Amino acid sequence: MAKTSSRDRMKNEINAGSMADIAFLLLIFFLVTTTIDVDKGITVKLPPWSDEAPEIQQLRSRNVFSVLVNAQDQLLVRGELTDINDLRERAKEFISNPQKREDLSTDPKNAIISLKNDRGTSYKQYLAVYNELKAAYDELWDEECERLYGIPYSDELPIAYKKAIKDKIPMVLSEAEPTNFGEEN
Amino acid sequence: MAHFKKKRGKSSPEVSTASLPDIIFMLLFFFMVVTVLRDGERLVKVVVPEATQLQKLEQKSLVNHIWIGRPIEKYQAVYGTKPRIQLGDKFATEHDIPLFLEQHKIKVPEPQRPAITSSLKVDGDVTMGIVTDVKTILRKSGQLKVNYSARPKQK
Repeated sequence: MAKTSSRDRMKNEINAGSMADIAFLLLIFFLVTTTIDVDKGITVKLPPWSDEAPEIQQLRSRNVFSVLVNAQDQLLVRGELTDINDLRERAKEFISNPQKREDLSTDPKNAIISLKNDRGTSYKQYLAVYNELKAAYDELWDEECERLYGIPYSDELPIAYKKAIKDKIPMVLSEAEPTNFGEEN
Repeated sequence: MAHFKKKRGKSSPEVSTASLPDIIFMLLFFFMVVTVLRDGERLVKVVVPEATQLQKLEQKSLVNHIWIGRPIEKYQAVYGTKPRIQLGDKFATEHDIPLFLEQHKIKVPEPQRPAITSSLKVDGDVTMGIVTDVKTILRKSGQLKVNYSARPKQK
């Protein structure tokens, strides 16, 4: 009797119940270790190319916020040497002009930020400057959105809201052809 | 005897499907591993700068990547240390960009073409000269949606 029972046991298949657990363990291991690197960055819309020289527009100098970056990565904002950490605040003040000062923009709609760099400017500095200017607009949009709708600005807002805000504070950032004084490497 | 008969009656087993999920899992692992490896070789060294105002790039199929940086050590003997452009998995010059954009474009269904974004992955230490040249070419080819790749700032 004992013999039969042992033969019976040999007929049994390998217990596959734990295989699923092992598979799950591996799956979880891979899920945890794989880093899905999301591509992030600053999205920009470049102006279309035209072969003709652009028309020279007369702009009132109070409406233009010029930012120059030289090959030594120094910033000249409206004629004065500025630290990059102050750029965001200055740009915000220029665009919104809360105190209605004579030398800042008449209206956010008329404000133009003009960015010019050198061919020798480092990309790091260029992106930092761009980031600060974008941040100035983002913060203004955020404040405007809070004021109008009571919610912070985000890309998921209804298009009508976004349009209303961007009509009020359009982002105008013009990039001039870079100068060619510095050394490229 | 009745005992034995019973056993024989039972012994017409169906094919075990217990291993089926395992096979599926194996396939899953295979694909996971392959997708990670398929990223292609970097010929240039690119460490993108940090920024705060980041936007996510949606829909990977609508994005083409342009890498700008110095050749990695292995290629410096041949290509020098000046910043170079990498398109796909080979070195290129800015004149190769229009063709590269066109090759990517034909793979995208027509209604989605206006949403194509060029992701510029530029090393932080590269000077703006080469970046400007690339930007000019992009503008001339009508590829106006550009994303300056950056990583989130470590606080």
